Amino acid sequence: MRSSRAWDAPSFGSRLAAWAGIAFLHAPVAIIVLYAFTTGDRSYDFPPPGLTLRWFALAFERSDIWQSMRLSIGVATVATFAALVLGTLAAFALARSRIRAKNALTLLFILPIALPGIITGLALLAAMKIAGIEPSFWTIVAGHATFCIVIVYNNVIARLRRLPPSWIEASMDLGADGWQTFRRILLPQVATALLAGGMLAFALSFDEIIVTIFTSGHERTLPIWFFNELFRPRERPITNVVAVLVIAVTLLPILLAYHLTRPASGRD
Amino acid sequence: MAAAIAAGAAPFPPRALATWFHRRPLLAAWLLLVPPLLWFGTVYLGSLFALLAQSFYAIDEFTATIVPRLTLATWAQLLTQPAHLDIVLRTTAMAIAVTIAAAIIAFPIANHMACHASGRMKAFFHVAVMLPMWTSYLVKVYAWRLILAKEGILAWCLAALGLDGVLDALLRTPGIGGPSLTSSYLGMFIVFVYMWLPFMILPIAAALERVPRSLIAASADLGARPAQTFWRVTLPLAMPGIAAGSIFTFSLTLGDYIIPSVVGAPGYFIGMMVYQQQGTAGNIPLAAAFSVVPIVLIGIYLALARRAGAFDAL
Repeated sequence: MRSSRAWDAPSFGSRLAAWAGIAFLHAPVAIIVLYAFTTGDRSYDFPPPGLTLRWFALAFERSDIWQSMRLSIGVATVATFAALVLGTLAAFALARSRIRAKNALTLLFILPIALPGIITGLALLAAMKIAGIEPSFWTIVAGHATFCIVIVYNNVIARLRRLPPSWIEASMDLGADGWQTFRRILLPQVATALLAGGMLAFALSFDEIIVTIFTSGHERTLPIWFFNELFRPRERPITNVVAVLVIAVTLLPILLAYHLTRPASGRD
Repeated sequence: MAAAIAAGAAPFPPRALATWFHRRPLLAAWLLLVPPLLWFGTVYLGSLFALLAQSFYAIDEFTATIVPRLTLATWAQLLTQPAHLDIVLRTTAMAIAVTIAAAIIAFPIANHMACHASGRMKAFFHVAVMLPMWTSYLVKVYAWRLILAKEGILAWCLAALGLDGVLDALLRTPGIGGPSLTSSYLGMFIVFVYMWLPFMILPIAAALERVPRSLIAASADLGARPAQTFWRVTLPLAMPGIAAGSIFTFSLTLGDYIIPSVVGAPGYFIGMMVYQQQGTAGNIPLAAAFSVVPIVLIGIYLALARRAGAFDAL
């Protein structure tokens, strides 16, 4: 009686729930973007009384914002580079080897994102206190690199696992040595995964606050600047503009990363 | 393969060396692991050990300095003061509530994404879930502060719909209510669920994508109603995904200190306690002891999740 694919047809409820969920996920971000353009300087008013670009102009003149932005980009760049090197090494080592400690090592690499950030943060602070290390640019980088490694590691190891082992065997059979196989077969395959992992690591580091508060001392990254503004709401319009800038800086690398890893996930 | 990478460190490695490593894959793998393990061993595990060590120190009441002598005083203080135990219980209860709510809300989205969308729509849903997940954490918290404020957007919307009475009734409910949504457990719960929802959707979708559609068809052919198929086929097969997602929602809620302090109810949470003790109070031993609590709770949780096969879906 039922059509042949009735068991597979999405019900109206399923469709509605899915779209409502997507709307729920996007509404808060949309609201912030809207408020960056409001003419009201008390942004609790809804709906906004009018739209303007004035706050962008004001925000661009603020040297404290630029300084924090530069620091955040610097930290994210160095942390991403460290994560790319260490995460790739770990992924290549564990991808197909029969190391007995493999599960334990995988767990170790995942731990910084599996445990709450506050633990990593406080642990680094405790270690810095004991070792007598003053907070600086490099302590922020150390914290960020630790949780960025796993992002690169996951991307690269996923790609390596999908790579058919026969390709490497074929290359070797055809007379290529280890270096040639790496250069001609492995590297081109892994390159986009590396780039995607790097992009995600950059976005994660640029936006990080929980660990950074513990390791930054007097340095003010952009998220720390933003965090301070949350408790001193005297300049809401400027805060809104910075929010939009932060969204833009993190979104671009993420979209690029998605595009780079797409053939695998978008396959149907 | 591994040999190739080890050799890749030098621009033109002697072929003999590459071959030598190729014949010793274990040695090559361990050599590759040296830099990451050095980093994790010193920076990460070293720090965690320092943290654990600090929790066995105590603060001198009179001089307010840390006495570097091993003692169980800090732990006794954590485990015997009712106020401290309240904080642990409150945080755990919130983490469990958030995890359950996130799983219930995430399931239909993940199910639609994995089973009913195809091609371009599937890609669209993936991006639509991933983008809010990667959007700045602080910006999202800030947005919710504006939405939940006393005369904020949610209140405006509810008033426009004539539902402001419902909100008032909810806020008057003891336990979850408060003067406004920005200072109630209900508001905090909403923000937590929102923040971690994508972390639940994506693993569930990944688990469901691996379920062969023929299983659902077979269930229907054998006469199961859609509800029966859901409870006896789809849900058990999605369990690894739910378990994987719940690790994130549980762990992230346990350790967060920004959401409880920005959208704050009066009661303290573990994260806030850690932050305050290490900062203004200067009591790093107590902060360290408090931060070990989530590790223990998550350890228990991971053991349970592992049994449910959660790591296969990570």
